[in-house]
Order: sequence, then structure tokens, then C-alpha cells
Amino acid sequence: MNNAMPTKSMRSINWFAFAAPSRFYFLSKKCIPLFWVLASLLGLSGLILGLLYAPTDAVQGDSYRIIFIHVPAAWMSMVLYVAMAFWASIGLIFNARLAYRLSNSIAPTGAIMTFIALWTGALWGKPTWGTWWVWDARLTSELILLFLYIGYLSLYNAIEDERKANKAASLLAIIGIVNVPIIYFSVKWWNTLHQGASVTLTKTSMDPSMLLAMLIMTFAFWAYAFATVLSRVNAKTLDEESHTDWVNTELQKLRNQAA
Amino acid sequence: MIWSSFSEFIHMHGYGFYVWGSFVVTSLVLLVEHFILRQQRKKIIFSEEL
Repeated sequence: MNNAMPTKSMRSINWFAFAAPSRFYFLSKKCIPLFWVLASLLGLSGLILGLLYAPTDAVQGDSYRIIFIHVPAAWMSMVLYVAMAFWASIGLIFNARLAYRLSNSIAPTGAIMTFIALWTGALWGKPTWGTWWVWDARLTSELILLFLYIGYLSLYNAIEDERKANKAASLLAIIGIVNVPIIYFSVKWWNTLHQGASVTLTKTSMDPSMLLAMLIMTFAFWAYAFATVLSRVNAKTLDEESHTDWVNTELQKLRNQAA
Repeated sequence: MIWSSFSEFIHMHGYGFYVWGSFVVTSLVLLVEHFILRQQRKKIIFSEEL
């Protein structure tokens, strides 16, 4: 037997190692500043391109500029919901604390993205359709998404027992996922006031500078979401795992740094 | 740059209220989230028993 040859498992990364809260904590701690820098740089360049250089739209005038935050926020609201439900299901299946914690940490940012999508949508709807709100399939399903996020957080906070709180909230998150394809396809399935997708994988109906600004803003929102969610996970880890030695050492270190 | 003056930029050809209402509120909401998160983190770091 030749033991000198590295086996496949030795060469590949052991992903389960990151499931240990301490590993995850220190890896995220390194990544968080990077995501903040990315979010700031991308956000700034996206805003400069979108607000100062992208041309005025021939049909909608300058009101279309709301797209640079409306679409990224709406995409993130759905992506974060899927991520939240994914970690909720991993938490339920493997009874993994870190997965639950990820799910809990995604929820507030997801709710905020949903709020931004609805708010900017109202401000875009008024000059475009003449109304702030309409009970149309796209708008209504996005509002339901906000209620799902709020429901998840309320259920989690209402139940005293951490384990039961996570199980109940996770179940709600998983059931609620049926709403995500409804939001996405609502503009196709129903005759809605909301316009169809401006961008699909195969074609786009936008000026290149408009499209570029929107994509840059989307990456900025992604980076923001990563930075925020990972910060929240790490804060929760420090709070919930304070009985462990490594957290106490880390807390001591953080206190000394602050002093 | 497509704007000839700062006031034209603010005015957004009549859509200033809607555009800035979107961008300003979004920035505020994200700033508030960031601020709350910082406060929570601080509270955790300084409240835990040694």
C-alpha cells in the first residue's frame, strides 16, 4: 500500500470543518471587512454611473433611475428568502445550530430589502402609473414576502425555548417559499400593471450604461447583504456560545481592543 | 456627465421627489440597520460575564 499518495479526501476542502461555530466565526471575521469595502466601492461607482452618466430614459424620463435600487433590492429580497429557507431546512434536518443562526441572521436583512423594494416601487409607481399602490399580482406577492419575513421573526421571538422557536420559524420559512416563484413569474402568469423583466439571461431591453449601473448596484447589495448577515451571525455566536472557552478568549480580546 | 447644472441634477427633470425619496430612504434604512447591528454587537461584547 502506498500511503505517500494523497487521497482525494485529503486534497479537497473539508467543508464540514466550517460547520464548527469557531471556524465559521474566524473565517467570517476575515471576510466581513472585505465585503464592506466591496459594498462601498461598488455602491459608489454604481451610483455615480447610474445618477450622473446613464442617459435619461426616452419613455419614463428620469424616474427610471429608481431601477438602480429597486431591482437589486427586489432580487435580494427573493434570493435572501431562498437562502433563509435553505438554512432553515438544513437546521431542521441536521439539527444544526449554526444553520439556524444563519437563517435567523438573514431574516432582518431580507425584510429590509423587501421594504426597500416596496418603498421604491411605490415612488416609481406614482409618476409612472399615477398610483402609489395597486393590488396587482407582483406587488401583492412582494407584500406577502414582507409579511413572511415579519412572521418568521415574530414567531422566532415569541417562543421562549430556542429549539422550539427555531423549529416553528423554520417550518414557516419553508412553507412560505412557494411565494418566491409566484413573485418571480407573477408578471408572466397574470396580466399585471407591473412591467415584465427588463433583463433576462438571453436578452435585455436596456441601454448598456443603464444595465451596467444596475448590475454594479446588484453586486453592491450582495456584498452589503453578506457583510450584514455575517456580522449578525458572528454577534449571535458570541452571545449564544459565551459558555465556551474560545468565545470567552475572543470576548476578552474584543474588550481589550475597544479599551 | 449628462447634467449641465447641480440644480438640474437635483430636479431630475421633474422626478426629483420620487428619485431622491427612493435613494435617501434606502440609504437611511441601510444606515439604521448597520447602526442597530453595531449597538447589539457592543452590548454583547460588554455585557457577557467574564
